[in-house]
Amino acid sequence: MANVTLRSVRKTYPGGFEAIKGVDVDVGDGQFCVLVGPSGCGKSTLLRMVAGLETVTGGEIDIGGRVVNQVEPADRDIAMVFQNYALYPHMSVYNNMAYGLRNRGMAEAEIKTRVEEAARVLELAPMLERKPRQLSGGQRQRVAMGRAIVRQPKVFLFDEPLSNLDAKLRIAMRVEIRKLQRRLNTTSIYVTHDQLEAMTLADILVVMNGGQVEQVGNPLAIYEKPATTFVASFIGAPPMNLMSTRPDEIKSQLGSAGEAGILGIRPEDFVITDQTPAGGVALSLIVEAIERVGAETFVYGSRQQEEQRVAATPGELPPGEVIVRIPGTEAPGIGQTIRVAAVRAKLHLFSGDGRKRIEA
Amino acid sequence: MVEEEGFRRYVAHIILWIGIAIVAFPVYLAFVASTQDNAVIANGQMSLLPGGHFFQTYYQTIFVGTSGSTREPVGNMMLNSLIMALLIALGKIAISIISAYAIVYFRFPFRMPIFWIIFITLMLPVEVRIYPTYKIVADLHMLDSYAGLSLPLIASATATLLFRQFFMTVPDELLEASRIDGAGPFRFFWDTLLPLSRTNMAALFVILFILGWNQYLWPLLITTRDDMQTIQIGIRKMITTTDALTEWPIVMATAMLAMLPPVFVVIAMQKLFVRGLVETEK
Repeated sequence: MANVTLRSVRKTYPGGFEAIKGVDVDVGDGQFCVLVGPSGCGKSTLLRMVAGLETVTGGEIDIGGRVVNQVEPADRDIAMVFQNYALYPHMSVYNNMAYGLRNRGMAEAEIKTRVEEAARVLELAPMLERKPRQLSGGQRQRVAMGRAIVRQPKVFLFDEPLSNLDAKLRIAMRVEIRKLQRRLNTTSIYVTHDQLEAMTLADILVVMNGGQVEQVGNPLAIYEKPATTFVASFIGAPPMNLMSTRPDEIKSQLGSAGEAGILGIRPEDFVITDQTPAGGVALSLIVEAIERVGAETFVYGSRQQEEQRVAATPGELPPGEVIVRIPGTEAPGIGQTIRVAAVRAKLHLFSGDGRKRIEA
Repeated sequence: MVEEEGFRRYVAHIILWIGIAIVAFPVYLAFVASTQDNAVIANGQMSLLPGGHFFQTYYQTIFVGTSGSTREPVGNMMLNSLIMALLIALGKIAISIISAYAIVYFRFPFRMPIFWIIFITLMLPVEVRIYPTYKIVADLHMLDSYAGLSLPLIASATATLLFRQFFMTVPDELLEASRIDGAGPFRFFWDTLLPLSRTNMAALFVILFILGWNQYLWPLLITTRDDMQTIQIGIRKMITTTDALTEWPIVMATAMLAMLPPVFVVIAMQKLFVRGLVETEK
C-alpha cells in the first residue's frame, strides 16, 4: 500500500530528445491511475521510469514515501504487466509465478500458498503445469497478472496489457482487472491509448500529449470539463465537434464569449430541433452519412459555411463536418437539411490556440 | 506437398537412388575392404561382398594397431579425437555464449570495437595464423597435450555471431520482467537465456563436434607422440609405410571407425538440431 508521487519528472535521451517534459502526478494509496494519450506521447516511458526500467533525468519519483530514482526495479516493490506478457517461455505457469518469489528467497511452502491462491483467483488452477505456449492469449494475460499479484507489491504497473487481446476478451479482462484491483486495493498505474479503457478503469485519469500532462482528474470531470481542445477531442467517442467561433452564424449566437476562439460541442449534446435554445447554439447541417449502431445513430453532417481549421487534434474532423448522436435508429435521410441545437450548459469554449478552457 | 503420380514419381525415386548410390558406394567399398584379407586386396582381387575377417581385423585395429613400427591402437586414437572434439565443441559454445551475452546485454566502453574484432577473426582461421599460434602453444609447453590440441581452436567468431543473433531476437521485456522479478545478470543468463538457447546450442554442438573431429592440420603440427595422435592423423600415418605392404583392411577399418562418432552425434541430436535451425517461437 503506497502513494506514488511524481514531482516534475523529466526524461531527456542522450540525443537531446525530450520524451517527458516535467510531469507532476499524485496517485493516492489504492487508487487506479490511468495514463492515456496517443502513441508517442511518453506515457509508456513515464511508466517505465516508475518501474525503474528507464533512468530519470530530472525530478523525483516517490513510492510510499521513498524517493526511488536510484533504486533497482527489483527493490522498488512494484510488479509490472507487459503488453506482450513477457512470460518465461520455458517455465511452467507455476514457475512463471514463483520465479520472482524464489529470487527473493521465500520459503517454498509460502510460494506454493501464494501461487495457488493467485491461480484460484485468476482461474488458472488447472493449467499450472502448462507452458505459456500451450495457453490462449487471455490465459497468458492472466498468468502475467498472476505473476504480479503473487508478489503482493506496493504498486501494480500495467503497460497496455489488453492491446494484444481481441475486442470481446478485452472488455471482459478490463472488468476483471478493475475488480481485482478493487479487491486487492493496490495502487495501480495503467497505460493505454484506448480512451474507453481509460474512462472505465481510472480513479484518476492523466491525459498526456507530447511528453506533457494535458489534464489530470476524475474521468467524468475531465469528460465534462476538458481543459484543452486536445483533451476534448481525445476523451469521448466520437470526438467532440470543434469549430471556430469566427463565422457570423456562430458569433451572433454566442454573443458574450468574445475572447473564445474555439467552440466545442459533444455529438451527444445536440438535439434535432427547429428552436434555438436561449444562449445555446443552433446549426443547419446537410446530412452526408448515417451510422446506425443499434442503441444510437450517428449523423455526419456538413455546415454550409466555409469553416476555418481549428487547432490540430487527434481524431479531428474535416473542417465543417459535425457529428450528431441521436438515440434509437430514427434518422433523417441523406442529403436532407436538419437543424440541430445545443443548450448553453453543454457548450465548451476554448482560447483560439486550444490550450485554455474558457468558462462562459 | 502434392503427391506426384505414376511415372514422374518413379523418375524422382530413381534419381534419388542414384544419388544415394553415389554417396554410399565408397563407404560400402571401404567396409568391404575392411573385412577382406590384405593379400587379396594387394592382388587387386577384392570382391564386392564382405569377406570373413571382420572380427579379426576390427579387434586388431581397435586394440593393437598396425604391425608397423608405430603400433598405436586405434581405440586410443579415437579417445584422443573424442576428447579433442568434445573440448573444442563445448569450449566454443561456452566461450561464445558468454561473449555474445556480454556484447548484446551490457553497455561497456569499446563494445562495438570488440564486437568487430571478434567479427574480423572470421578472416583468420588457424591455417593463416599457424606459426604464431604454434609458437605460443610451444612456449606454454602445451605441445602433445589435450590443452594444446583444443585451446587454440576454441575461440569462435561464428558461434558468437550466431548467439548474438539469437539473443537479439529475445524480447527485451523478458529481461525487464527478470529485472523486476529480482534476477541479476547472472540469474537472467542462467535461468532464462540458457534454457532458451538449448536448441541453438544443440545445433551448434553437432556442427562444432564434427568440425573438431575432422581437424587435421593442427593436430598434425603439435602432436609428436604416438599416444597423443588423433584418428585423422593415424589413418594417414598407416597408409605411408616405407618398407612394408600397406595394411588396407586396417586402414579401412580405421576409416569406418572414424565415421562412427560424428554419425552417432548427428543421429542422437537430429531432432534438437533441426529444431534449433528452424524454431522461431520464443
